[in-house]
Amino acid sequence: MTAPAASLFRTCRVTGRRIHIQAEWLVKANAVVAVVALLVGATAALLLALTRWQAVHLLPPEWYYRLLGVHGMNMLIFFIIYFEMAVLWFAGTVLLNARPAAPKLGWTNFGLMLAGSLLVEWTQWTGRADVMFTSYPPLKAHPVFYLGVILFAVGALLVVAQFFATILIAKREKTYSGSLPLVVYGAATAAIIAVITLLHGALIYIPTFLWSLGLIPSVDPQIYRMLWWALGHSSQQINVAAMVAIWYLLGGLTVGAAVLNEKVSRWAFVLYILFISLASAHHLLVDPGFSPAWKIVNTSYFMYMAVLASMVHGFTVPAGMELGMRLRGFTQGMFGWLRRAPWGDPGFSALILSIVVFGFFGGITGVTIGTEQINIVAHNTLRVPGHFHATVVSGTAMAFMGATYYLLPLIFRRKVAFWGLAKAQPWLFAIGLLLLETGMTFAGSFGIPRRHWDISFSQAPFDVAINPAVDLFMAMIGIGGIMAVTGALAFILIAVKSVFLGEAVTEIPRGTAMAGIPQGLTNPPVYPPNVDALNQELHAPGRGIAGATPGTLVLVGVFLLAFMVYYFTNWKLLSFLWKIG
Amino acid sequence: MLTKVHTGLDPVPGVWWKPAHKAEKVWVAIAFGWCMVLFAMMPLWHWKGGQNPSGVRRRVEPKAFYARTLAFANQYKVGEDRGLPIVAPPPGADIYLVGLTFQWYPILRLERGKEYMLHLSSLDVNHGFSLYPLNVNFQVVPGYDYGLRVTPTAAGDFRILCNEFCGIGHHTMVGRVIVVDEAGQPVADNEAARIRRGGAR
Repeated sequence: MTAPAASLFRTCRVTGRRIHIQAEWLVKANAVVAVVALLVGATAALLLALTRWQAVHLLPPEWYYRLLGVHGMNMLIFFIIYFEMAVLWFAGTVLLNARPAAPKLGWTNFGLMLAGSLLVEWTQWTGRADVMFTSYPPLKAHPVFYLGVILFAVGALLVVAQFFATILIAKREKTYSGSLPLVVYGAATAAIIAVITLLHGALIYIPTFLWSLGLIPSVDPQIYRMLWWALGHSSQQINVAAMVAIWYLLGGLTVGAAVLNEKVSRWAFVLYILFISLASAHHLLVDPGFSPAWKIVNTSYFMYMAVLASMVHGFTVPAGMELGMRLRGFTQGMFGWLRRAPWGDPGFSALILSIVVFGFFGGITGVTIGTEQINIVAHNTLRVPGHFHATVVSGTAMAFMGATYYLLPLIFRRKVAFWGLAKAQPWLFAIGLLLLETGMTFAGSFGIPRRHWDISFSQAPFDVAINPAVDLFMAMIGIGGIMAVTGALAFILIAVKSVFLGEAVTEIPRGTAMAGIPQGLTNPPVYPPNVDALNQELHAPGRGIAGATPGTLVLVGVFLLAFMVYYFTNWKLLSFLWKIG
Repeated sequence: MLTKVHTGLDPVPGVWWKPAHKAEKVWVAIAFGWCMVLFAMMPLWHWKGGQNPSGVRRRVEPKAFYARTLAFANQYKVGEDRGLPIVAPPPGADIYLVGLTFQWYPILRLERGKEYMLHLSSLDVNHGFSLYPLNVNFQVVPGYDYGLRVTPTAAGDFRILCNEFCGIGHHTMVGRVIVVDEAGQPVADNEAARIRRGGAR
């Protein structure tokens, strides 16, 4: 195979990387559509939060339920997956200095996904698919709804195939030497999980589509729930893998995070591939169709091996950051590296907030309510969205936002607009979400259902005496929701202004801080020349178990303690209930 | 022993399969141990704990289940509230509760401390059995009979919310379970369940 013409590439003036122009446009197109989906989903989110805040109770019931479906589709499927397509094009080409496989096919697939999304939007907004994001049969939507999802999934699956082909081309054309960078390895993990996930999607959406056309008589509701969640939950594991890859990326860009040990980090990614798609069971723990043994093996990802993987990344990512900082001279005390980190860089603050909230809130609540018996006090209550907003929104979306602050100058070659706002945005978004998630989790602990229009039960045949504390938690959902949506809209405003009206970036002079350019680009983290010797020194046996990263060891200790307290508290609460079994 | 210092953005040259440092090994070992604790708790609770979602599970024709529920309600009916029968089965009996848009049928009157075999199913779409305010939740799937042994441990006038979206009237779907103590309190009649709207007590 001959090397492609040089004119298909440009050379990045900041990083010196060779960037394929078509690939760059694919990154841009997917990122822009992702932001549009985010705007639709965030608008719906605001209206939903203002409805569940019982004191406001804004929407009528049909629009509440309809927009809940719209919110789910746009956030969990469209925003996230378009952004992941951008990540795949970026990781496959830019990070490997490679050309993309069949860029024209890339545009066809992008068109397929776009057509699918528009069909779904049409059915949802016109009330032809009031079946929620999950569309459990026998609830039935218009056939075009299922068709739209299928087209979108096929397009995404083909892009994933192109990503693998791109890696193969890069390998054959020797655009990089040795093994894949860890970030690309993580992206490849996400891509492999995406294949597993999307195949399950096809397995269930195709029969359901045929059923909606009247071509087959029925779809078993229990089997649907099992296969649908092998799409629905496993696709969230694509997000986890992509998010962890972004953690390593942002860690490298912002503080020069070192990879502690390639073997450990890569093994953790392999554990994701092997076990994470068992997570469908999390949704079926109090379902009639499955035995306790099936539930225990599957909900635990075969003995919690995927949880182990996340706990490993939860150590190696911050420890890598600590080591990177220490190697660059920030060695004071236990946490000097953290104090002197670039907090003014929105890429860095987004990274830290993503790690902390994902781990402490999303991870701990997820494992706990995903326990077979504890699920009895959590299933379909507000505890469930309380958990997954902490993972998908505070974790994944937050990480993607942090990455965007670097993509804007590097790929779109624009300064980040409204720089002051950009610095505050991760905090606003994260704090709003924390309020929302805390409100949801506590309201759910009082038995308040998710996906419910009216907990005053004013139209119900029997009165329901709701604990007054719940009003406070529902207000937290409303206020936190407003803050979080404001944070999301600020992000959208910054991204749109930067991309379409932003100041062009031609050169980034080193060493001078500049508004609109993250610190990791103006003052890139550079290791001193004797870094390998310093590394040896930090890892000297005399430094004991804490080794090079004592601060992180303390942090993960705190994490484990919080985990244990929350987990066993829930068992205790469960034991107060009726005897059931 | 250590690889050359690099970030996650760099391709890794040469052999990167190196032993991990002690700190990492310790954390992986602790995390693994914790995962085993998490795993062991579930079988342990089946053995020693009192709350398990195991039950007796079988497929059932929705219409057949509905017919069984109607027969059960007629057999043990002791009263009526809002057009729904109040049903007081003897301890140890198989008891039936069916979800249908947008109603839980019938109203159950149980005795504290006695065991029943509660059968849950749906006549139409998925529903969510949510016992309020205890916060006990089970998925109710059409075509499946979920039989759970339950022993109410406290008397009271409970509600069953629907917590699986089942259509436009989902939020109006509320049922009632009364658990009486040895003295027969609380009394299971219309008076005990106030109607929020319309002013009637």
